[in-house]
Amino acid sequence: MLKINNLHAEVEGNKILNGLNLEIKPGEVHAIMGPNGSGKSTLASVVAGNEEYEVTEGEIIFDKSNILELSADERAQRGIFLSFQYPVEIPGVTVTNFIRTAINQIRKAKGLKDMPANEMLKKIREKAAMLSMDRKFLSRSLNEGFSGGEKKRNEIFQMAMLEPKLAILDETDSGLDIDALRIVADGVNKLRTKDNATLVITHYQRLLDYIVPDVVHVLVDGRIIKTGDKELAKELEVKGYDWLREEAVV
Amino acid sequence: MDLKEKLLSSYLAFEETLDLDNDIHDIRNNAIKYFEDTGFPNKKLEAWKYTSLNSILKEDYSIFPKQSSAIDYKEVKQYFVYDIDSYQIVFIDGIYSSHLSKTTHDKFDACLMSSALNSSKYNKVIQKYFNKIAPKDSLTALNTAFSKEGAYIYIPKNVVAEKPIQILNFSTGNEHALMLQPRNLIVVEDGAQVQIIERHQSLTDNAVFTNSVTEIYAGKNAQADYYKIQSDKISSSLIDNTFISQERDSEVSVHTFSFGGKITRNNLNFYQNGSGINSILKGVTIIEGKQHVDHNTLVHHRQPHCESHQDYKGIFADKATGVFNGKVFVDKIAQKTDAYQSNNNIVIDDGATINTKPQLEIFADDVKCSHGCTIGQLDEEALFYMQSRGIPKKEARALLMYAFANNVLTSVKIPELKTRITNEIADKIGVQLGFDL
Ligand SMILES: Nc1ncnc2c1ncn2[C@@H]1O[C@H](COP(=O)(O)OP(=O)(O)OP(=O)(O)O)[C@@H](O)[C@H]1O
Ligand SMILES: [Mg+2]
Repeated sequence: MLKINNLHAEVEGNKILNGLNLEIKPGEVHAIMGPNGSGKSTLASVVAGNEEYEVTEGEIIFDKSNILELSADERAQRGIFLSFQYPVEIPGVTVTNFIRTAINQIRKAKGLKDMPANEMLKKIREKAAMLSMDRKFLSRSLNEGFSGGEKKRNEIFQMAMLEPKLAILDETDSGLDIDALRIVADGVNKLRTKDNATLVITHYQRLLDYIVPDVVHVLVDGRIIKTGDKELAKELEVKGYDWLREEAVV
Repeated sequence: MDLKEKLLSSYLAFEETLDLDNDIHDIRNNAIKYFEDTGFPNKKLEAWKYTSLNSILKEDYSIFPKQSSAIDYKEVKQYFVYDIDSYQIVFIDGIYSSHLSKTTHDKFDACLMSSALNSSKYNKVIQKYFNKIAPKDSLTALNTAFSKEGAYIYIPKNVVAEKPIQILNFSTGNEHALMLQPRNLIVVEDGAQVQIIERHQSLTDNAVFTNSVTEIYAGKNAQADYYKIQSDKISSSLIDNTFISQERDSEVSVHTFSFGGKITRNNLNFYQNGSGINSILKGVTIIEGKQHVDHNTLVHHRQPHCESHQDYKGIFADKATGVFNGKVFVDKIAQKTDAYQSNNNIVIDDGATINTKPQLEIFADDVKCSHGCTIGQLDEEALFYMQSRGIPKKEARALLMYAFANNVLTSVKIPELKTRITNEIADKIGVQLGFDL
């Protein structure tokens, strides 16, 4: 589904990704862990199509075609979703209006008519209930004044509404309390099918107890320096990253 | 002959038609004298530093249209807020159109300035209110000298005008270039309430220069909401001079929606004469090309325990220019004043410019006054966020602009008008999003 080959990316002249390779197949869950500043969010942004980052080398193949030339909205329309580490506040646009606009714009891009209002409403209610989201959030301005945890839950609500093929969850667990973490993780699990894939970026094993990864990668200095199964995450929790850095140097 | 001379000689001709015994005559004479001495404002004046009238003054305007013209309602329906029940006071080329109007004398008066000025029945009100708060400045004086027609609205004590009143000024283009000087007087007595929607609309691309004066008096505990739709053709320019005098516990709001026109200058002045007053000034400006909109506001707090809220938003594309000059004066006795002022602008293109200047003169020591102005671009992070949800850049920008203007619309009390303005904004931005904010 997603294949990244030798990806190099920079921002404002700083090289951040240095020859990154990654392959994710349909139905899989991958986890990326790595120290602060190693380039995890940058990778997520580059895959989602943030033009702030310049790709200087390599390719990103999604569903068999190179998507580097596509804009962020075109990528979203093809099924890529990014749950932001720091969701943006948009005063004046309600959660409902925002998601309705997103869904209908995606449908428009596919040549479909707007989703009928009652169907939209039903879906919104259903997904909000799945994530135990208080209805009053739906009529509030998007993320404005939301707590850290509320923002993250709202990201997953949007994911549930958009039903992407590839969901990248960038530290969705940080900011969530224990109950919320379980609710959100359950939500993500319910959305899994054999045809979609999830890339989870996290610092903590805790999340991976709920969303169990098939593959775990360690990203350091803009490259993946180790790949393993879910046991690797547990090992990292105990040992940290230094032993891997040393291993990589050797 | 330049415009000033033309106006001075037109005044002499106009005088011939007037009743010289009418009290207003002295007022007119003083006014024209003042205009003669001062002339049109120029950029040397501090208050006109960023707005030059030169490009509009050079046209050869007709001062009095030769003949009144008729227009069909269906041709102009779009300019009315037509899906509400309302009174309508309509002028075509400055002349009252009974055909398009719906006036009343039932519980209150919503009729014509010409009859108010000339009929003894209204003499007392005119004596008491006409030209009493309009200060001496050259453009207001010019309008006063030529005051002839406009809306006259008188809401007696404790009467609530049950439906809004629309004031529409159409120009037909029958004249190659036309100067209009509507004069409105609105008196809302103690405990009375009214909602007014005003629009200036040219129907062709011929030049129109409107120099409008509106005086609004709000009595004790009165309430008035005034909505100005400035969405005229690019060949039209407007100088809107509005003066508001408020007594204790009254609330007056003025919303100004500036989307059209070549040069638009709003001189909006509030004078507070009692305690417990609330004055609300809101504006949305969305312009492009070489359009120019200048908001020059004044709130004069002259008594304690009053509030004022100013919130102006602007979106400027291409080479459009915006000016915001917001003055707040707080007299020494006006303790506990709560004055808020904010002016936020988004610049879409590098060629657009904005001059924003708050001017606070506070002589009381126990007040809450805040002001802030911002000039920025659309938030790139927010744009990426929206795009990452599948919303194309153009729509994302439109949505952000909508959202930006949105909080000014929330205080519009007539739902149909709110929808109408939302649609005009959508049109202006060039996108239909298919929902209301
Ligand atoms: N827009 C930007 N401008 C300048 N530097 C940037 C920008 N975005 C990222 N960086 C830098 O790139 C490096 C990688 O950042 P990134 O956010 O990808 O790290 P991360 O692995 O997600 O870290 P964390 O675990 O703290 O979230 C950091 O050194 C960061 O400062
Ligand atoms: Mg990060």
